[in-house]
Amino acid sequence: MRHLLSAGDLSLAETTGILDLAEQMSLVQARPVKKLPALRGRTVVNLFFEDSTRTRSSFEIAGKWLSADVINISAKGSSVSKGESLRDTVLTVAAMGVDALVIRHHASGAPWQVTQWIDAQVLNAGDGTHEHPTQALLDAFTLRRHFRRTAPGQIDFAGRTVAVVGDVTHSRVARSNVLLLQTLGARVVLVAPPTLMPSGVDSWPVETSHDLDAVLPEVDAVMMLRVQRERMSGGYFPTPREYTVGYGLTRTRLGLLRPDAAICHPGPMNRGLEISADAADSGRSRILDQVAAGVSVRMAVLYQLLGGEDDTPAGGSADARPRTEGRREAPAPDPRGQR
Amino acid sequence: MTITTTELLVTGADLLGRGRADLLIRDGVFADPATAGPGAERLDADGLVALPGLVDLHTHLREPGREDAETVETGTLAAARGGFTAVLAMANTSPVTDTAEAALHVAALGRRGGHAEVVPVGAVSKGLAGAELAELGLMARSEAAVRVFSDDGHCVSDPRLMRRALEYVRAFDGVIAQHAQDPQLAGREACCHEGEISGRLGLPGWPAAAEATIVARDVQLAELTRSRLHVCHVSTAETVDVLRWAKLRGIDVTAEVAPHHLLLTTDEVQGYDPTFKVNPPLRPAEHVAALRDALSDGTIDAVATDHAPHARHDKEHAFAEAAFGMLGLETALAVVVETMVNPGRLGWEQVALRMSTVPAHIARLTGQGRPLSVGEPANLTLVDPAARRVVDRSDSASLSRNNPWHGRELPDPVAATVWAGSLTYRR
Repeated sequence: MRHLLSAGDLSLAETTGILDLAEQMSLVQARPVKKLPALRGRTVVNLFFEDSTRTRSSFEIAGKWLSADVINISAKGSSVSKGESLRDTVLTVAAMGVDALVIRHHASGAPWQVTQWIDAQVLNAGDGTHEHPTQALLDAFTLRRHFRRTAPGQIDFAGRTVAVVGDVTHSRVARSNVLLLQTLGARVVLVAPPTLMPSGVDSWPVETSHDLDAVLPEVDAVMMLRVQRERMSGGYFPTPREYTVGYGLTRTRLGLLRPDAAICHPGPMNRGLEISADAADSGRSRILDQVAAGVSVRMAVLYQLLGGEDDTPAGGSADARPRTEGRREAPAPDPRGQR
Repeated sequence: MTITTTELLVTGADLLGRGRADLLIRDGVFADPATAGPGAERLDADGLVALPGLVDLHTHLREPGREDAETVETGTLAAARGGFTAVLAMANTSPVTDTAEAALHVAALGRRGGHAEVVPVGAVSKGLAGAELAELGLMARSEAAVRVFSDDGHCVSDPRLMRRALEYVRAFDGVIAQHAQDPQLAGREACCHEGEISGRLGLPGWPAAAEATIVARDVQLAELTRSRLHVCHVSTAETVDVLRWAKLRGIDVTAEVAPHHLLLTTDEVQGYDPTFKVNPPLRPAEHVAALRDALSDGTIDAVATDHAPHARHDKEHAFAEAAFGMLGLETALAVVVETMVNPGRLGWEQVALRMSTVPAHIARLTGQGRPLSVGEPANLTLVDPAARRVVDRSDSASLSRNNPWHGRELPDPVAATVWAGSLTYRR
């Protein structure tokens, strides 16, 4: 992989490869000493133009457990208002000798633009209302584990139905999940009020519904999306109460789910709005598994992007900056075999 | 630079496609070619089509205020290279052209540059704020003789203010040029046609209805006030339908289309390149087709560039945060030839109407858009119908490089431009 920008860029083989690698990475998490030397001497910058404690922490831990030097740069606020262009900001960061740039930006498409300006590898950690590919990967990781546990021997995603519920219009999590779940072969049902269904959704590889009660009994997993505060005053729905009645995973609705169905939420949750405490804390909830999966998946992605060929710092950081294609052929590490 | 000679004899040009003739230019007007002196400079126009000098109803020359992006001097140089002999300079400068003094300043800058007639557009509202009328009458009565008023960049969205503006300018034969964008339906953040692509790319949508609903309201206000309305940069099929209805009804409405809306579609924004961020946004192909039809049948009266130069750093932001607008002066005729003339949708006489005569009339410019006849002001564009080139953004008189046509092969039609008897451009 040269960059990871869109979940749609990943083939089935690449996706499976990342998920398999993440399984190996997760073994590291279980150990008392959680460090692999794989990315020693590599520099990863988390360049966040938007606050995000959990995604930034997750990338930071992932990078550190792979022994990369991880630097966090917060560039919150519009670059326009600061008088510095996005290009100048990323050129400044790249000039410090960065191998990979993990970018979170409040505007859709920013990571694509960044790849036009710098040589470092770019990892999209969420761009506006567009995509969040590592979230889709960690969701797939979580669901794959869940499916393998609840129905061992079955094919992972084929024939599975996943409902994505809530503010699809403004959700990068939904867009990346739609793309990745399609690659994995799952059936996706988007459930939202018409005001929060993206324009042109008819051309997406999904089914759509406005009736959560009708959808829930048939799903293998339900992903509840966060309702952003600014949507509540945006006229997308009359009141939070009405939203919950129509589209919240309430205690009553919990009874509509099959016993083996998984409940996911990318966080942070609005308990009582899109998800009830009963649902979030139920035995079917995979929400904390998602958080743990986030680290494993991001380790796998960072390794796929940066690792494999030259794990030693001997070449120096400038020379170690990867500019070539073909790193996806790097052999997967065996965490047990290292250290 | 402008070259002034006493006599210029243009030989063998095809006048608006009607037939070949010589044109003699003397003292700023066309004279009888038979009277050409032996010392007359000759311009061989064999194989070229002669059109009246082009008139652009819609440019942003950025001076005063953003001289790093464009000046009246460089903007009019670009105009001359594009075959234009007159440009209307929109009011959204800094300071805003909302007083007679500001209008006079812009007109004077144009005279000093000497590459094309610069006609200031006056703001409709003070500071483009959309609240109170600017001093429309003083701008009209000044030597700048402002006739076109526009808050372009902003919609005059308050229907009461729009009604009063239309009514008020009737006293001096003014026209309100509306930037039709309902700010409630398409706010400042709206940057991509609302549809499949905006939904997929996660870009704030700009629905077609936000334009057509304002135009539907405004044509009725024009009817109510018996005044003149001009619709800037029409971008949707729905607006075309409204215009057709209004014109059938006899409402005094005119409309312009920008070259980029005649050829580029929403597909261009898929790489998030802010060069293709423009307001109103690029629309899907069905809108482009409707706009070509409307330009062909006269529902849309004029082509106007909406030439919008921007300093590089104002375009090097995330797509949603980058400046709106693209260059247009140097490539407008090329796009019209490509999309309208070559496919047989417009003949040269109609090109002259859409790009010179009619815009001049809308702006009440008495010395522009005139016939190529003896005694008329010598404003002339010589067109090479066959030449083509690959557009190179660095080959430009503009100070800015936000050229959406860079790297694209287009006609290269402008062979020479004559303004007020002087050669302002020669290829």
